[in-house]
Amino acid sequence: HRKWSERKVTIFTPMSDQQETGPTMRRLSQLESVVLWNRARQIKRELKQGVKKPYREVIDISWGDPQGGGIKPLSFVRQVLAACHYPQLLNSDKLPEDVRQRAERLLKECAGRSTGSYTATQGIPYIVKGISEFITRRDGGVPSFPNNIYISSGSHAVKTGVLTPVPCYDKVNMSIRELGGVTIPYYLHEDQGWELQIEELNRALESAKGVCNPVALYVMNPGNPTGSLPQRRSSFSWLMRVNDLEFVSYKKVLAEMGPPISETVELASFHSASKGLIGECGLRGGYVELVNVDPAVMEYIYKLFSTDSCASVPGQIALNLMTHPPQPGDPSYSLYNETTLIHNVRRVFEVLNSVPGFSCQPVEGGGFAFPRLHLPLNAIHKAKEAGMQPDEFYCVRLLEESGLLVNPGWNFEQKEGTSHFRMNIMIKEETLEGVLRRLVSFHTKFMKEFS
Amino acid sequence: MLRRDLHNEAVNGVPCRGKVLTLDTMNPNVKRVEYAVRGPIVQRAVQIEKELREGAKKPFTEVIKANIGDAHAMGQKPVTFLRQVLALCSYPELLEDNKFPEDAKKRARRILGACGGQSIGAYSASQGIECVRQDVARYIEKRDGGIPSNPDNIYLSTGASDAIVTMLKLLVCGEGRGRTGVMISIPQYPLYSAALADLGAVQINYYLDEDKCWSLDIKELRRAVTEARQHCNPRVLCIINPGNPTGQVQSRQCIEDVIRFAKEEHLFLMADEVYQDNVYAEGCAFHSFKKVLFEMGPEYSSTVEMASFHSTSKCYMGECGFRGGYMEVINLDPEVKAQLIKLVSVRLCPPVPGQALLDLVVNPPQPDEPSHTTFMKERTAVLAALAEKARLTEQVFNTVPGITCNPVQGAMYTFPRITLPQKAIDKAKEAGQVPDMFYCMRLLEEEGICLVPGSGFGQREGTFHFRMTILPPTEKLKIVLQKIRDFHQRFTQEFS
Repeated sequence: HRKWSERKVTIFTPMSDQQETGPTMRRLSQLESVVLWNRARQIKRELKQGVKKPYREVIDISWGDPQGGGIKPLSFVRQVLAACHYPQLLNSDKLPEDVRQRAERLLKECAGRSTGSYTATQGIPYIVKGISEFITRRDGGVPSFPNNIYISSGSHAVKTGVLTPVPCYDKVNMSIRELGGVTIPYYLHEDQGWELQIEELNRALESAKGVCNPVALYVMNPGNPTGSLPQRRSSFSWLMRVNDLEFVSYKKVLAEMGPPISETVELASFHSASKGLIGECGLRGGYVELVNVDPAVMEYIYKLFSTDSCASVPGQIALNLMTHPPQPGDPSYSLYNETTLIHNVRRVFEVLNSVPGFSCQPVEGGGFAFPRLHLPLNAIHKAKEAGMQPDEFYCVRLLEESGLLVNPGWNFEQKEGTSHFRMNIMIKEETLEGVLRRLVSFHTKFMKEFS
Repeated sequence: MLRRDLHNEAVNGVPCRGKVLTLDTMNPNVKRVEYAVRGPIVQRAVQIEKELREGAKKPFTEVIKANIGDAHAMGQKPVTFLRQVLALCSYPELLEDNKFPEDAKKRARRILGACGGQSIGAYSASQGIECVRQDVARYIEKRDGGIPSNPDNIYLSTGASDAIVTMLKLLVCGEGRGRTGVMISIPQYPLYSAALADLGAVQINYYLDEDKCWSLDIKELRRAVTEARQHCNPRVLCIINPGNPTGQVQSRQCIEDVIRFAKEEHLFLMADEVYQDNVYAEGCAFHSFKKVLFEMGPEYSSTVEMASFHSTSKCYMGECGFRGGYMEVINLDPEVKAQLIKLVSVRLCPPVPGQALLDLVVNPPQPDEPSHTTFMKERTAVLAALAEKARLTEQVFNTVPGITCNPVQGAMYTFPRITLPQKAIDKAKEAGQVPDMFYCMRLLEEEGICLVPGSGFGQREGTFHFRMTILPPTEKLKIVLQKIRDFHQRFTQEFS
């Protein structure tokens, strides 16, 4: 009775057969440079086995992972987390008073006084309220409502289009495509410090006509990988003319622009405990604040989040410690060395711009530098022969010969014919010196070889 | 969430005409997403708790949240060893503290050594920390009597739910009559129905047999899939064992039959085994789908494609808040595995504390280690208490006229059937409510006990149930059972 002839073959055909594969997989286009990561893994293994190389270890600055790069976590954060997980620690005097107080307070807010309990869908209410206070403080008094905030474990016909910058953090484009959306690229202007130009936004919007239905504009501030900050006037005055677009950005400016814009533009702003001073990427703590979203839709947003149960509790706790750090006078108050990042940014800018074949825009924010490579034609041809993008080719050679792992610009999309790479600058100052040494030495040799 | 007049005012008090994102422009699949475990009755419970805090007078002084499988929230104590290692991993300076046992320190050092920058605050590989995956593979091998497990087939995840949804994303495709159909039990854990709605997959219901202790009948599976072939392309069969909400534990024979069925009907098997340690009934035992598959010989073990899921949220650990979990994939096409790695990389990595916790679960203290005695004592006590509460629950509910309760063979819930008088059913309809929701809401308002109506899990037309957890401490559970018994009698009387 089974109509074999009518049935598509399922299990016994490899699932990579396009017809049988979920559209998700087809849409996740080959963005990642698989060659580079595989080779990095292999080299690390070879080094462990004692194979001789011109370097003793691989320096991985391809991710935005401060602690992975050797920066130590904040003691206060880790002490509070330890005490929350194992409250016996509260009985001793070993931990400072402010740590014990905070842990006590947080445990009080956990069901059964345990960090192992599920929490409310939006996050532990005490922590969510803390986030809204943080946002209001940050935005000079612009009110923030806890009901509009969702803590999450890190960030997730007629086709929906989302305007995304070029270059852009690759996971954003992957996420949009995974959901069946279309990305509409708008190019940041490299020569003007990666400026977002309104004419370019308009061009991008035009290009979407007949292709998809643009509903959202994605902006990253500070930019990843560019580290640029948007020009306040240009971005937002455009908004006043094209105010039927959803805009993801800094909430304060929106509020300051006053009604009707401040009451109509729908906005989702995202933040996380993975970057900044706290740098706890592995704990997966982040949040979204929703502004001017239709309350009927908010109910469904709640439902969607509830199917994931809740965000990881260690991540939620990290957020609380981020929004409410120790204050002057508290035993744990100590200045985090912000000067490291400022120093690193300056160092990268001056070194790279002094080497022929490199140019680097000023890094105004964020955790990365995104220098441009001006590669000789010979190198570009050699890359083509090897079946690689030019910057990927450069990065593979960089890894092989100097043990430095960076992220090729191709992964972030870039203007046709340009080459870049992204490097993490949230690293120790000594590490950065080592990185720059290896980089400049390799680059000089490389440019000579292909001149 | 209390709704104001939706058409005029937003939550923050501003007018909301002309929005980009409305119910009409929203992804239409989302409208079909429901998750009863955290649904309207729970929202009302939270509100009542708020009212109580503000001093409102009610016939009870606390709300008992027997809606969600959250052991710690109900007072179960975390296992000492697990929390010691987590504390050491969080604040490694504690490695110098001689109050922590050596075996805990050893594990913390090993986990930290495998983390970037020796810190749980660094991202891990998207598939999960390699040495944890190796430990998971070893655990599976030991559990399954030596059947090999390859760490490359292990994917760590944010709870089991994350991995389940990831696999469904890979499996669901096609249009119209070719749209992927996914078989799931009725009743089921509503993550499945929610995910299928969100992905626009076709949900194919197969009914568990309430009269035979919620057993799974191959004839019923066959009926369901045959019927489904007329309007979709069935490709997936989901089994929850031990079951949620029903608690039934599949016999070995049944698992074999299911595997045979999956092979015959060309179905991908998803085995949700998060309650594998929670088995209570005499004569019942957990048999992993993988073990049975391999014991059926190469004809099956080299062809049937399968994914099994486990988590740190249940069993004896109850560490829901850490969001630890994994899946093991069997016979997955290598090209598909590469795509799977790409898919999981989009969300970067699962929470590292959860990965660390999972490592401890699969690598617990051994008999020759200092923490072993305490660990085993705590583990045994938790599981014994659950077994006792399972028995007690079945016993009490079966003394209530109008409530019938199957034995709670495993998991953490009871799913008794309730008989509702016709007048109550009519009253519910008037109020625009599903009858068992009407019943549960009344129970919440009168007794402060929060359960989840059976309609949230699926049930045969014309039958009504509720799901209650067996997690409250024994003394409190006795009181809860008593109150429900009294309520049921009152309710039946009122509507007779």
